[in-house]
Amino acid sequence: MMNATQLLEVKNLKLHFRTQKGVVQAVDGVDLDLDFHRAVVILGESGCGKTSLSKAMLRLLPRNVAAYSGELLLKGRDVMPFTDEEYRQNVRWVSMSLVPQAAMNALNPVISVGEQVSEPAMLHLGLSKAEALGVAYKMFQHVGIPADFINRYPFELSGGMRQRVALAMALVTSPSLIILDEPTSALDLLTQANIMNVLKRIKLELGTSYILITHDIATSSELADEVAIMYAGQIVETGDAKDFFPAPLHPYSQMLMASVPRLRSESDPMFITGQPPSLMDPPTGCRFAARCPFRFEKCDEEPPVFQKGNRKVKCWLHQ
Amino acid sequence: MSTRIDEPVETLLSIQNLHVWYELRRLGFNVIGHVKAVNGVSFELGKGETVAVVGESGCGKSSLMKTILGLNIPTDGELSFEGKNLAKLNDAGLRDYRFEIGYVQQDPYGALPPFMNVEQILEEPLIISGVTNKTERLERIRKIMAEVKLHPVNDFLHKYPHMLSGGQQQRVVIARAMVLEPKMIVADEPVSMLDASVRVEILKLMHTLQEQHHLSVIYITHDLSTVKYFSARIFVMYAGSLVEKAETRRLLEYPLHPYTHALLAATSDPNAANAETYKSVPPGEPPSLADPPKGCRFHPRCSKALAGLCDVKEPPDFEPEPGHFVACWLYES
Ligand SMILES: Nc1ncnc2c1ncn2[C@@H]1O[C@H](COP(=O)(O)OP(=O)(O)OP(=O)(O)O)[C@@H](O)[C@H]1O
Ligand SMILES: Nc1ncnc2c1ncn2[C@@H]1O[C@H](COP(=O)(O)OP(=O)(O)OP(=O)(O)O)[C@@H](O)[C@H]1O
Ligand code: SF4
Ligand code: SF4
Ligand SMILES: [Mg+2]
Ligand SMILES: [Mg+2]
Repeated sequence: MMNATQLLEVKNLKLHFRTQKGVVQAVDGVDLDLDFHRAVVILGESGCGKTSLSKAMLRLLPRNVAAYSGELLLKGRDVMPFTDEEYRQNVRWVSMSLVPQAAMNALNPVISVGEQVSEPAMLHLGLSKAEALGVAYKMFQHVGIPADFINRYPFELSGGMRQRVALAMALVTSPSLIILDEPTSALDLLTQANIMNVLKRIKLELGTSYILITHDIATSSELADEVAIMYAGQIVETGDAKDFFPAPLHPYSQMLMASVPRLRSESDPMFITGQPPSLMDPPTGCRFAARCPFRFEKCDEEPPVFQKGNRKVKCWLHQ
Repeated sequence: MSTRIDEPVETLLSIQNLHVWYELRRLGFNVIGHVKAVNGVSFELGKGETVAVVGESGCGKSSLMKTILGLNIPTDGELSFEGKNLAKLNDAGLRDYRFEIGYVQQDPYGALPPFMNVEQILEEPLIISGVTNKTERLERIRKIMAEVKLHPVNDFLHKYPHMLSGGQQQRVVIARAMVLEPKMIVADEPVSMLDASVRVEILKLMHTLQEQHHLSVIYITHDLSTVKYFSARIFVMYAGSLVEKAETRRLLEYPLHPYTHALLAATSDPNAANAETYKSVPPGEPPSLADPPKGCRFHPRCSKALAGLCDVKEPPDFEPEPGHFVACWLYES
């Protein structure tokens, strides 16, 4: 159903890569919805396709793409048919920007951080250098970087400060949506907590929506309005964080949550035996079947997404 | 899941006032200062005892461990193992000492040589330590592989690291650390690079091995939530010093040092309510160890700092309750 206030609607998004050994189905039929001023967390383990999903949404594609298809509705308008030029002018950085994985280590070492942050505003919004620096300066305040850092170079900044710079760079064009790929996983605990506070404040102050991509389950709950669980290239469960955290529905989600060591409880964490399937040759039925304790005959067939109230789950148990 | 600590134990490792400073040189010539990576660390570790060293990146955890492993020479202080002072050991003694300690390093993906298969990786320490009989070596390799659950053993013997998952690679690293039957294991962030669903499996495996072999373990981590599953005591490290040392349960329930409070506050459990509040975390970042703050190294970030004291004088260890040590002026009685 179309909803006029919906910020983002992703339908059956696919991104496959060609390699010498075969086709990697990194993103394989992802559905995802997001409203304005909301944050969805995409949780999944290493290699399940999280970074590829962010690239598919921003159309930042490598050369070896084997398939790229689906619908991507931004404020109700499908942007997939856009030409690359239209995408660059209207979508990437303008409506939707990205803080890439390990962004803080990817800043240009020979350009001052102030200039780096203002660059997207010049490039995508057509601002003059002075105007763009003015906006950059404002963003520095939002992300908590002292004003006199504007002329410094990346190597003069700590990891936490560099991550704030990467965040300011994504914010400087005032996009409605920011995709954050593992924004805190390389940072220390206290620095991580400080960045999470910054993200929370920006969401309130600027009304930005987030797609937060991470494998860190505990930290993800710091920002999540909604949760999407990704497994082997697909989203297997989505729902409100308030419903999800106390009672995940999909067997994989349940086992993943049970694997989290907790500081404030005596629960004995469990682990999931086995490994995710190869994305080159995933099973035709449920992709979690080989590791699932609830598997039954039906599971040899791929489960569709079942709606349970306002939650969704891709598992035959919830038919 | 933690070891009993109420019975008296024999001391295995004893560390007194250990300092590890690295020289800072200008253009490779004159020394212009020091990185004070370990600054006055003291503790004792009993046979079969497990401790966790918890602290943020760059606080000196690896430097401390490398010194314990005999890879760094202490700038000052004393280190003894089974009553023998390491500084007084000759080369052969130091070599034997190294065989007593197994090392599980931080990054499983970088820890294994890519051109050696599992058998070769596990055989190497046996050859170096002088096990000359090939049959005996193979027997010991098979035994340890079964213990770390790399089975069926025959399937894994001839696999190369890139053919293994992260969890399997870490099992090989653990097997290599265990193959010489050491008395002590030093595990530097053994699970931080692994996926959530595998982490617990490796921690549980290490716990089982610890119990079965009555190993002493030093577990280095930045993740407080994994500590209680594994260690009887916790040492909290900040900027080169152990600022709090206590029994695990006690430290988690009754933390004393302001930095420990901050670490606990910053550690989340998955809970939707987290999104509704800001975390109270101290501002700033750990200091440079080349030029650490005077007095208490945490004072520029500490909301409880006592002006005129904390910024002037370094706090010694206080013991406000038996066995619970804290280096903070708030506990001077
Ligand atoms: N350009 C590419 N060509 C071929 N394969 C690729 C390419 N990019 C990614 N892959 C593969 O696609 C799969 C998904 O990778 P992706 O980086 O999206 O995972 P991820 O969930 O972000 O993992 P991580 O948590 O480790 O960052 C992996 O198997 C990866 O090796
Ligand atoms: N060989 C060396 N020469 C000079 N400085 C060093 C050397 N090794 C480490 N350091 C410095 O000593 C300090 C402590 O480093 P160490 O690796 O012990 O920290 P750590 O707690 O293990 O950090 P991490 O959690 O990132 O592994 C750091 O400032 C580091 O840069
Ligand atoms: S569809 Fe079947 S195999 Fe897949 S998660 Fe559900 S019960 Fe398990
Ligand atoms: S000694 Fe002072 S500055 Fe240091 S932690 Fe205690 S109160 Fe804070
Ligand atoms: Mg990724
Ligand atoms: Mg280290």
